[in-house]
Amino acid sequence: METYSLLREFADSWVLLAMFGFFLGAAIWAFLPSQNSAREDASQIPFRNDIPPSKCAGTCADCASKAVDDKMKGLRNV
Amino acid sequence: MNYAKLIILGLVALFAAIATNWGHDLAYRVHAFLILVIASGLFIWTLRRTDEPPSAPINGDIYFDGVIRAGVIATAFWGIAGFLVGTFIAFQLAFPALNFDWGQPFTNFGRLRPLHTSAVIFAFGGNALIATSLYVVQRTSAARLWGGNTAWFVFWGYQLFIVLAATGYLLGATQSKEYAEPEWYVDIWLTIVWLAYLAVFLGTIFKRREKHIYVANWFFLSFIITVAMLHLVNNISIPVSIWGSKSVQIFSGVQDAMTQWWYGHNAVGFFLTAGFLGMMYYFVPKQAGRPVYSYKLSIIHFWALIFLYIWAGPHHLHYTALPDWASTLGMVFSIILWMPSWGGMINGLMTLQGAWDKLRTDPIMRMFVLSLGFYGMSTFEGPMMSIRAVNSLSHYTDWTIGHVHSGALGWNGMITFACIYFLTPKLWGRAKMYSESAINWHFWLATLGIVLYAASMWVTGIMEGLMWREVDDQGFLVNSFADTVSAKFPMYVVRGLGGVLFLSGALIMCWNMWMTIRGAKPANAPLPARNPNAVPAE
Repeated sequence: METYSLLREFADSWVLLAMFGFFLGAAIWAFLPSQNSAREDASQIPFRNDIPPSKCAGTCADCASKAVDDKMKGLRNV
Repeated sequence: MNYAKLIILGLVALFAAIATNWGHDLAYRVHAFLILVIASGLFIWTLRRTDEPPSAPINGDIYFDGVIRAGVIATAFWGIAGFLVGTFIAFQLAFPALNFDWGQPFTNFGRLRPLHTSAVIFAFGGNALIATSLYVVQRTSAARLWGGNTAWFVFWGYQLFIVLAATGYLLGATQSKEYAEPEWYVDIWLTIVWLAYLAVFLGTIFKRREKHIYVANWFFLSFIITVAMLHLVNNISIPVSIWGSKSVQIFSGVQDAMTQWWYGHNAVGFFLTAGFLGMMYYFVPKQAGRPVYSYKLSIIHFWALIFLYIWAGPHHLHYTALPDWASTLGMVFSIILWMPSWGGMINGLMTLQGAWDKLRTDPIMRMFVLSLGFYGMSTFEGPMMSIRAVNSLSHYTDWTIGHVHSGALGWNGMITFACIYFLTPKLWGRAKMYSESAINWHFWLATLGIVLYAASMWVTGIMEGLMWREVDDQGFLVNSFADTVSAKFPMYVVRGLGGVLFLSGALIMCWNMWMTIRGAKPANAPLPARNPNAVPAE
């Protein structure tokens, strides 16, 4: 069998199946309920690390970083 | 370390000096001379710093923002250059006398056109991508850029690539592949710079102090890796001589065409889409002050986009020597691609849920929303144009040009402007941009410019397509090619005016940046403190 036909056969069967399987896996993983908190945490990343926590331990009532976190509560649709 | 640098720089300078003398063509000799000057300059600069006591150590507790400041300025600079050349060549098409006799062959349309496309895509868009990706990866990893001054090598190396590519086009060095025109030695240089960029980006992700890799970084990473792959495969060519710029492609015929459009369409898909979606997933939530609408959707969006885009290239080759099954495959994948594209647009737009009032009060938010609107529009138009029957009307007409510009000016341009307005005050320690009303002016000038551009190109493109296929009752073609050219004149003028409006908006932005930066000191943003007691957010 020439190289082209061999590779084409392989691409049309196992490689196609493997790629589709990977995609399905990723899609299912995206909806896993057990990953809810991980997704929620990840979606908050842009709102951290701007203000250095060294200047604010997150204890005071009007703490900027804490305020951001509280404000975000209930907005999440992860 | 410095000794190794000196040896390398010395050898490069020597080689460039020989190449300047022996070079076979003008572009190659000019480039060799340029390299000679740069390498000698760096040699002297390094020599003067060798065996000196080390200067004050760099503060490793702050984010590495110097290179991002340079990147923001370079983005604005190349933007103006690219828009200016674009506007000029738009008027060259309307008024051919602008191909001045005294400037031939350097300033004719054929040489300025790749200068325009590369300047806006790779210089303006590329600098915006490098700057924003390095900004975002630090903030979302809570880590300083990996590799110390490698980031500066990436920045200056990329500027050198742009200068070599641009001067090469004017002097006639091109390998005639659309959006991949630079000749072999420029390609090799870009490969080195790009791998360094990948190393800096990946290194920063590896040393992150967040548990998760934020979704924006996934998009940026896929953009960097895929562009590396596309660039390597599409530029497999053998130089005719090491002393000349000419090279010969390995592929020929339809294989070459397919490789080229596999590259070309994925340059759109990964350079102009995935990378810019990385910007969207960080800056839109930031500007709206709310997390992205759905993190689930962003994961689906990412994997669907990655898996589908790579197959869409053959739709550029309908009705050619390419086998039917291949162009049908490209067409089908282009149409499926509509779904993840709109999923991403919805994810960006709905991030404003509950904050829609910002559209009224915040001109930067308005720019983000407009860019997403144009993203949605051009990712609908694109799949439609990829359908074979539609393509038979639209291909080779100005409809394609209109489509590209609604995506490039509307989506890429607007989101880049919005990011520049977001970043400039932050990077120079200002509360906000100098003038809010100037942002408004920019918004409306750019929007009006895009509307004029896209509308005139739709009209002229469809008119042209219909004129080309018009036959009389005897079956003869009714119009000659020159008939279509003269019929297009008014729309060409309108398109040029649209370009003028877009360019003036960008000039207002530069003035606004200048006034914001003037007198300001670079802001030093500290890294989050390493607190041993803090529980990592999980």
